[in-house]
Amino acid sequence: MASETKKRTRQRDQVEEQGVPAEGAVVNGQDLEIPPRIEVKHVFTNYQAGKYGHKDVGLSEEQVLGMYRNMLLQRRFEERAAQMYGKQKIAGFLHLYIGQEAVSTGAAQAIRIGHDSVITAYRDHGIGLALGMTADECMAELFGKIDGCSRGKGGSMHYFKAEKRFFGGHGIVGAHVPVGTGIAFAHKYREDGGVCLTFLGDGAMGQGAVHEAFNLAALYELPVIFIIENNQYAMGTAIDRAFAETVFIKHAISNNMEAAMVNGMDVFAVCKAIQDHAELARRFKPSILEIRTYRYRGHSMSDPGKYRTKEELERKKQEDPIIRLKAYIRQHEIASNEDLDRIDEEVKEEVMRAVEFAENSPLPPLETIYEDVYTQEDYPFLA
Amino acid sequence: MHSDMAELQFREAIRAAMVEEMERDENIFLMGEEVAQYNGAYKVSEGMLDRFGPKRVIDTPISENGFAGLGIGAALNGLRPIIEFMTFNFSFVAFDQLINNAAKIRYMSGGQFKLPIVFRGPNGAAGQLGATHSTSTESIYATIPGLKVVAPSNPDDAKGLLKSAIRDDDPVIFLESEVMYGLRGEVSDEPDYLIPLGKARIAREGEDVTIVAHSKSYWIALRVADRLAEEGYSAEVIDPRTLRPLDIDTIVASIKKTNRCVIIDESNPYASISSEIAYQIQDRAFDYLDAPIRRITAKDVPAPYAKNLMEYYMPQEDDAYEACKQVMYAG
Ligand SMILES: Cc1ncc(C[n+]2csc(CCOP(=O)(O)OP(=O)(O)O)c2C)c(N)n1
Repeated sequence: MASETKKRTRQRDQVEEQGVPAEGAVVNGQDLEIPPRIEVKHVFTNYQAGKYGHKDVGLSEEQVLGMYRNMLLQRRFEERAAQMYGKQKIAGFLHLYIGQEAVSTGAAQAIRIGHDSVITAYRDHGIGLALGMTADECMAELFGKIDGCSRGKGGSMHYFKAEKRFFGGHGIVGAHVPVGTGIAFAHKYREDGGVCLTFLGDGAMGQGAVHEAFNLAALYELPVIFIIENNQYAMGTAIDRAFAETVFIKHAISNNMEAAMVNGMDVFAVCKAIQDHAELARRFKPSILEIRTYRYRGHSMSDPGKYRTKEELERKKQEDPIIRLKAYIRQHEIASNEDLDRIDEEVKEEVMRAVEFAENSPLPPLETIYEDVYTQEDYPFLA
Repeated sequence: MHSDMAELQFREAIRAAMVEEMERDENIFLMGEEVAQYNGAYKVSEGMLDRFGPKRVIDTPISENGFAGLGIGAALNGLRPIIEFMTFNFSFVAFDQLINNAAKIRYMSGGQFKLPIVFRGPNGAAGQLGATHSTSTESIYATIPGLKVVAPSNPDDAKGLLKSAIRDDDPVIFLESEVMYGLRGEVSDEPDYLIPLGKARIAREGEDVTIVAHSKSYWIALRVADRLAEEGYSAEVIDPRTLRPLDIDTIVASIKKTNRCVIIDESNPYASISSEIAYQIQDRAFDYLDAPIRRITAKDVPAPYAKNLMEYYMPQEDDAYEACKQVMYAG
């Protein structure tokens, strides 16, 4: 203590000598001491592919088959949606999730659906279906029909499902990330034990709102997991063209948060990572997961994806999450090839029926344009 | 003074509304820069941290985009946030959250989610603060469907309207004029003192001209009405109080009586509340008008700093007075 005082006095003398504030100068009675050297050492956990099996994440064989079925449903749904887009049955932007299904499925499997909350960006079909939204309501929304999950008011980018506590797909890059933080805030405030999974793309990491949300979540110790689905491109921009730092979990260090890197092509790795970090979140430790994944299709239907090579795409397809899981199922003799083929047939039929459902669902009646703006029904609109 | 009235400052009336509502409903919380330990930049939330604790009165970093969005998420998930902007000039940092999220999520979700949230704080100019600190934001927010916009002119209205805003299930932009915080007036202390959103107040009855004015422009209108009264003219003064929804019926009924209208509004004039009111009057009561509608607004420029320029920038009492004389063809 005494020697410290001495040190400070010495440094104050320095101030007087040089006329500039020195290290440890006392300003307003507060000690602004500068440590001689700052070192940040951090080793992140890495959720590798192939490291976890279904037993490690507490899944039964039925649940594994359920996940397989759901990943296929997402894939077949979107393949059909792309076709319907070509036929101009679907308009607007259509961002496909094909290639990323292990992320949605692994995450949904790891939480208590209907109790925990989920919010994501505009690439939202996969997570919607993974949470148990029906192919019917999802397809009808793409068709802009009244039986769509958002009554035809949302479209591809704006799926919502209150009873699944799915707080939506959102179209402004990064803007939903503070909202996810607020959903987590309410979980903590009400002490209901819920967590909020907040998905974002790598491109969103350029937005200030995201970094504000990180700080708020860490500052208020909120039950949230920020899940960066790093598919390596934001539209046509590869991450290294947009970011000085492309290992996004490093932002956790500056926010005093937990973080881990996850292989997003392996559904069990994703599931395990989310289980672990949901557990942390329930103890009010927010975290960042960077899930390395890949989208096979262009950014949206209008994007031919010329910014990447065929070879790159083919190489990535070798890691296909569905084929991976299929191999796992076969290897562990959870189901036969015939069983798996039958699941695929069922899923295809389900999607066909969804298309029919969407076709047959009526367009929203014109008077519904004035509905859902405010809570009151008699709100005076300009007509 | 009635036994159920107390004399309060504008800021105290707002605080009373928040305190009463927070005591009634524990899902309500207050969040913003300096609202807790510092007791509020304008001392609106003074004492509230002591009363409700840090769980419900929450200081934030300087992070408008972040905490506005956090409030929206909390509202979606069942809470009833009151988000204070240190001034509404800084709400532009959170513009995306207010316009793209607060106003639209209910609609885009097909009505699945409600957003009971109030964004409140000082609005408009307060002396010579320069352009970035003097914006009257009402016209900007009122143009957005999905938002409600309230701008009271006195402590009693502030309390009754804020309590309604807090109980409302839609996002409300609640604008408090920065220079009015010290304004005193009698305020009801009935526990359920609710002034409905979307109801104008006929502040003064008259026959010869209708003056429509909200927030601090309302006080200009009263002074103009006094001057006109000395000359034997009676002006009807209407304070719309809520700018969206706008109580156009009350305004139109008044025009049908007086056949003349002057609007005073400290917003910039271009595509503003005053443009909207003028349009709606001509749409609904054109045949009743005996003179073109006049409006007195801020000048169509950013707010200047220099004292004389700033005074010139704001809507002027003399101009409003002249405008009334003009529409009455009274020399
Ligand atoms: C604020 C904002 N700026 C730009 C866009 C246009 N835009 C939509 S998606 C996108 C790329 C985002 O990429 P990323 O976050 O990595 O998500 P991914 O598409 O890879 O899932 C852009 C630039 C937008 N929707 N919002």
